[in-house]
Amino acid sequence: MPTFEPVLLARINKPDSTSLASYRADGGYGAFTKCLGEAPESIIETVKSAGLRGRGGAGFPCGVKWTFLPKNHPGPIYLAVNADESEPGTFNNRILMEKDPHQLIEGIAIACKAIGSHKAFLYLRYEYGTSYRVLDAAVNECYAAGLLGKNIQGSGFDLDIVLHRGAAAYICGEETGLIESLEGKRAWPRIKPPFPAIEGLFRKPTIVNNVETLCCVTHIISRGVDWFKSMGVPPDPTNPRDLGSFGPKLYCISGHVEKPGCVELPLGVTARELIDEHAGGVWKGRKAKAVVPGGISMGFLSAAELDTPLDFAGPGKVGCLGLGTAAVVVVDDQTSMVDVLYNCCRFMSHESCGQCTPCREGTSWMTRILDRIRHGQGRSEDLDLLVEVAESMGIIPGTTICGLSDGAAWPVKNAIKKFRSDFEEYIAAGNKTVTSAQELMAAH
Amino acid sequence: MPTALVNNTPVELGPTEQLNCIQAAQRIGFEIPHYCWHPALSVVASCRMCLVEVGDKKPDGTIVMRPKLEPGCQTPVKDGMVIIADSPKVKAAQAATLEYLLLNHPLDCPTCDQAGECGLQDYSYKYGRGYSRLQEPKNIKPDKDHIGDQITLFTDRCIMCTRCVRFTREVSGTAELMVTDRGTNEEIDVFPGEPCNNKLAGNVVDLCPVGALCSKDFLYKQRVWWLKTTKSVCPNCSTGCSVEVDQNEDRVHRLTPRVNPQAQGHFMCDEGRFGWKYIHSDQRITFPEARDVSGEGIGRVLSRGWDEILPAVVQSLKKRASVHPKKIGAILSPWMTVEEAYLLAGFMLKVSPKAKLALGPVRIEGEDDKYPKDIHGAAIEPAKFTIRAEKAPNRRGVEAVLKSFTESPMTYGDMLAQVAAGEIDALYVVGGDPAGWCSEEDAAKLAAVPLLIVQDLLHSPVSGKAAFLLSGGAFAERDGTFINHAGLAQEIRRSVRGPDGSRPDNRILWDLCGRTGLYQGASLRREIAKKIPALAALAAGTLGDIGVKLMASEPQPAS
Repeated sequence: MPTFEPVLLARINKPDSTSLASYRADGGYGAFTKCLGEAPESIIETVKSAGLRGRGGAGFPCGVKWTFLPKNHPGPIYLAVNADESEPGTFNNRILMEKDPHQLIEGIAIACKAIGSHKAFLYLRYEYGTSYRVLDAAVNECYAAGLLGKNIQGSGFDLDIVLHRGAAAYICGEETGLIESLEGKRAWPRIKPPFPAIEGLFRKPTIVNNVETLCCVTHIISRGVDWFKSMGVPPDPTNPRDLGSFGPKLYCISGHVEKPGCVELPLGVTARELIDEHAGGVWKGRKAKAVVPGGISMGFLSAAELDTPLDFAGPGKVGCLGLGTAAVVVVDDQTSMVDVLYNCCRFMSHESCGQCTPCREGTSWMTRILDRIRHGQGRSEDLDLLVEVAESMGIIPGTTICGLSDGAAWPVKNAIKKFRSDFEEYIAAGNKTVTSAQELMAAH
Repeated sequence: MPTALVNNTPVELGPTEQLNCIQAAQRIGFEIPHYCWHPALSVVASCRMCLVEVGDKKPDGTIVMRPKLEPGCQTPVKDGMVIIADSPKVKAAQAATLEYLLLNHPLDCPTCDQAGECGLQDYSYKYGRGYSRLQEPKNIKPDKDHIGDQITLFTDRCIMCTRCVRFTREVSGTAELMVTDRGTNEEIDVFPGEPCNNKLAGNVVDLCPVGALCSKDFLYKQRVWWLKTTKSVCPNCSTGCSVEVDQNEDRVHRLTPRVNPQAQGHFMCDEGRFGWKYIHSDQRITFPEARDVSGEGIGRVLSRGWDEILPAVVQSLKKRASVHPKKIGAILSPWMTVEEAYLLAGFMLKVSPKAKLALGPVRIEGEDDKYPKDIHGAAIEPAKFTIRAEKAPNRRGVEAVLKSFTESPMTYGDMLAQVAAGEIDALYVVGGDPAGWCSEEDAAKLAAVPLLIVQDLLHSPVSGKAAFLLSGGAFAERDGTFINHAGLAQEIRRSVRGPDGSRPDNRILWDLCGRTGLYQGASLRREIAKKIPALAALAAGTLGDIGVKLMASEPQPAS
C-alpha cells in the first residue's frame, strides 16, 4: 500500500502540535463533540464493528471489552489508560503522548462517554517526564476550554482525567498490576476472575485501555468503520477464532538497523519490509540473524521467517507468542544469541514481581544459567534444562497469575528451538562473553 | 445433593457449601499440597503448589477439561465438577514448583527448628525430586533478628507464601510485615523501627509453613520429633483457646493453637502462647506442708507427707465443723476445673452441710481486646479474634457448680468480710491464678482464720500463713473441664508431671473426698451431668477435641 498516509502520526511534525488551538485547527475534538450527542451503545457498537483490537500487547477486541461492563451499574465506572509502556523496544505511546496529546485525550473522552465513566486515570510510567508535562499542559488546556470537567459543552456529561505517574516497574503495565499500583499498593497482578470490567480499580468496574488503542478510537469515530477496515488483514476464513487485524499500527523499529524509529503502517506489513524500506536496512551492511516481532516477550523470528506479516495472527504462525507491542528489534548476524537471550532473561528476572513461585525463581534461574554459559562454563545439557524450565513456567501449564512468566519463557523456548546450533557451538567452542575476575587477575 | 468427583471419588457438597478443591479433596482424605492458602486468610494463589486439573460439567452433561492447570485454592467446587489431583501432569507441576522453591533454600534442616514439621521437607519427600539441578551459587539473604521481640526471620528459608503478611493485615490488622524488593530478591521485612510486636504476633510463626519465621522463645530448644503433644485448653483468659501442649521429659516447651471453630478459630494470643512459664517457676510450691500456727513453735513445719497431711485436713475440718457448723467456708478459684470445684464443694458440704462457699477473685484486666485493628488501633467489626479481659479460664464452670450446691454463692469480698467478722473458723482456699490472686492485705485478713487450708501452685502472701499448704498442679498437670465465656466445655489434659511433692488438684480433692481408686475424669463428668442440670451436656464423658456447648438449644458439634 504505497499511498498510505499516516493518521495517528499525521500531526507529529507540525509546529506547535501539542497545543489545543493547533489540534482544533485540524478538526480536533469534532469526534468527541459528535459523540456527546450519541447514545453510549452506538459508540460501543461502532468501535466493536470496526474490529479494533487492543494495541497494548494482548490484542483483545476493544469494543468487546467495553461490553463486559455490568449493565445498569450505579457507578462509578473507571477508565484506566495504560501508558506504562515498558516492553523493551516499545516507544509508540511516548511519541503519541509527547507529540499529539490531544488526540489521546479525545480518545479517552470518547471512551469514557461510551462506557459511562466520569473519571479516567492515566497511568504513566515514571520515566516519561516529557509526556507527563505535555499531557499535564494539554489536560489543563482542556479544562480551561470546557472540554473536561463538569457538564462538558452543555451536554450534561462530566469527565475528569487524573494523571498518575507510576514508580517504574514492568509489571505495572499488566492491567491488574496497574490497578493495584493505582490503588497505592504493590503492583502484584490480581487473580482473575473477577476481571477488571467487573471488579477493578477500588473494586469498581474498570476498563483498561492502551494509549494507541484510544487514539485509534478517535479516528474510528471521525473517519468511520469502513475507513478503519479498509486497511489491515481480514480474518482467516478457515480459522473461526481469528478476529482479523484491521487499522493502522505504529511499529517501533530498533536494534541493528540504520534508521531506528517509529512508523505508522497498516497492520500486516512484513518484518523484511519494515527493516529494508522503513529503517534503512540492517546496519553496516550486515544481515539480520534474528528479529523480535513485538517486544522481547514475544520470542524471535529467524532470518528465514522475515517475510512473516506482522499482524495479530502472523507471528503466532511461526512459533512466536504474538504481535505484542509491535516493537521490532533487529539482531545482526555478528551478535551472539547467548548474549541476546541473556539480556532478555536478565530483564524479565529483574521485572518479575515475585508473586508466583515459577516466575520468581524460574526467571532468575534461567538468567543464572545463561550467565554461566557466558562465562564459558556452559554444559551441553544446559540447553535442555533451559527449555524444561521455560516450559514449566508458561501459562499453558497454568502456573502463574499473569502473563509475565509466559513472556519470560517464550524467548528462551524460541531462541533454543530456532538457534540451537548457535548455543551448541558457543558451548562446544568454550566461548565466553564475560571473563571472570579470577581469570582477569590470573592474566595480569 | 451437589456432588463433585475428586480423583474419581465422589464428594458430596452441602447445598450452600462453598469449598475450594483443596477442601473438597480433604473430604476424601486426599491432600492437595499447598503453601500460601490458609483457611483463615485471603486467597492469593501465588505459591502454585496446589495446581490441579479441573473439568466442568456443561449443560448437556458432558465434562470439558480446562486446558490449563488451575490453582486448587482459587477454584470453587461446583456440582458435577471433576478434579484430578494425581495425574502425571499435576505431579510434574508439583515437582517443578518444589524445585523452584528449593533453588535458593539453604537446605539447613539439621539446624532448622522447623525440621520435622516442615512443609518443604514433607512435600519434597512426597512430591519433589531427589536432587537440585542448580549449578550456580544460591541467592543468600540476610537473617533478620529485628522482625519482632518474639519472632526471628531466617530470610533465606522463606518461600514467599505471604501468609504472615496477610495475617498482620487481615487478622491482627496491624500490618507490620511487608514484602520488599522484587522477583527472586524479594524478602519479608518490617518498616525500620516498627517491629512486629502485636499481641497476636506469635501466630505468624505457626502460619509459616517453613522454617523462616521462628519463635525466639522456642529457638534451638528442642527437635520437634522429641516433643509429645497433648490437646488442651489455654487457661489465660475466658476465650479458652484450644491448644496443643508440647512437652519433653516433663518440661513444657511451647503452646500452639489448635483449630477449633467453636472456641477461637485458628489462632491464639501471645499472652497465652508464652504465658505458661510459671509451670516451671522456682516459686512453685513443691511440697505440702502442715505448720504449727499457734503456740511456741509458730511457723514450724510439722509434716511434708501427703499421707499424714490429707487425713489431718479432713479431721481438723470435721473437728471445727462439730463445734461451729456455720463457721466453715471454702473459696473456689475460677482456675479450678469443673470436676475439682464439684469435688471440693461436695467435700465441704459433707464436712458441714452449712458450709459457706465463695467464688475466688476473678482477675479482670482492662477491656476485651478485639482484632483486627484499624490504623488508629480501634477494633474493626466483625472481630476475628478476642483476647478477653477476664483472665480466668473457668469462672462459668465454677459458678455453675457453686449455684447447684448453694442458693447464693458468696463473692470473695463477702467471704473476706465474714472472715473479718470472725464468722469463719476454718477456711479452705484454692488459688491457682499464676499472676497472683492474694494481696498482702487480703493475706493478713485470711491469716486470722484459725484453720486456714491453702491449695495453690505458686507461693503467695497467704501461703506462708496457712496451717495446711497443699501443693497443687498447673493446668498442664491436670485433667478436667474448663467452660469458656460462651459456655463451651472443653477438656484440659495432663501432659506433664508437676514437681515431685505436688499433686494435681483433682487428685488431692479426690483423696479428700475419700473416693477410692484413681481420679477418672470421664466418669466424674457423667456423675456431674446427672447431679447438675446446667452441666447436663457433660454426660458424654469425653468431650472430644472441640468440646461441647452447654446450651442445649445450640447445635451440637459432630466431633
